[in-house]
Amino acid sequence: MSELLGYWRPDGQVGIRNHLAIISSVVCANRGTELIAEAVPGAVPIIHQHGCAQIGADMEMVFRTLEGTGKNPNVGAALVVGLGCESVDAETLASRIAESEKPVDFVSIQKSGGTLRAIEEGIRKAKNMAQLLWKNEREPFGWDKLILGTECGGSDTTSGLAANPATGRVADRVVELGGTVILSETTEIIGAEHVMARRAATPELAEKFLELIDQVEKRYMRLGVDFRGGNPAPGNIKGGLTTLEEKSLGAIHKAGTSIFHELLDYAQRPTKKGWL
Amino acid sequence: MKNNVVIIDKSDNVATAIKDLSEGEVLVGEVELGIKALQAIPFGHKVALKDIKRGEEVIKYGEPIGVATVDIRAGEHVHIHNLEGRRGRGDQKGGES
Repeated sequence: MSELLGYWRPDGQVGIRNHLAIISSVVCANRGTELIAEAVPGAVPIIHQHGCAQIGADMEMVFRTLEGTGKNPNVGAALVVGLGCESVDAETLASRIAESEKPVDFVSIQKSGGTLRAIEEGIRKAKNMAQLLWKNEREPFGWDKLILGTECGGSDTTSGLAANPATGRVADRVVELGGTVILSETTEIIGAEHVMARRAATPELAEKFLELIDQVEKRYMRLGVDFRGGNPAPGNIKGGLTTLEEKSLGAIHKAGTSIFHELLDYAQRPTKKGWL
Repeated sequence: MKNNVVIIDKSDNVATAIKDLSEGEVLVGEVELGIKALQAIPFGHKVALKDIKRGEEVIKYGEPIGVATVDIRAGEHVHIHNLEGRRGRGDQKGGES
């Protein structure tokens, strides 16, 4: 098998890509973020609808998600763009990402004296970072450093018959070689959770897993609406998927056949290897 | 004859069409199944392999995917008009948990 090549990061992780991420810390800074990214070849804008008027667990979740994005090994350098008055403030977010020891900086629209000045400052900073990134070269790394995430989209009945089982075979192989594979989309486990629970590494993990799926389903039930039409979605239904259980049973195939070792909360870092 | 449906698990009571089936077409899995499609069935959709009574579980992947809402005959198209899931039914009082 040919060796794996990637970008070694100062914190010991290895990335497959070498992105310059321009991360908006708040919805008001989205446009500025996009304009900075457009001006610098290879820069990737990360925008969202959050960051303001948030408190407590809500705010922390946004911080964690954006921090995780910046700390991702596929990101070589990050520039955070904020407005200056937001809950998820740019300076704090940048310092959290900087824990990874990669090049990180920030601009604050209000501190810079307005949007145009902030965009100019942001473009200068981003161009400097881009030049640093051009020096990065790919080097060999071991399978134990690889993390593969699995997702589906536009599911129809062929997903459970072909695409997902094929992905599952890849997942099994990656785990065998020492890598890590993460299965996501918790709602699309509903109806198949008993099949997956049998593959938990410990009985406690199996119980925790079943409880989690139960909670997810209960949360949707409290809304008093019928899942169907939402999940499966109209496109899934046209493609032949009739029920959520059917979709989930097909979806879990992309996780392969190994046992899983860890349950991760949204935006939580993995601490184990193998299938999670 | 090349197969026109796939049966995933031997305990399944539905098969999945891997080509558009026309009304009257004989279902062929790994062997000829001795069942005719009772109506046109689009690619990717399910067809019943045996009679399924209203309230009975529909099995695919060897697991229940829902229940029949009316009596279904072998060879019939199985989809949202005669099969419903039991999970995530916030619309039902005291639904499945």
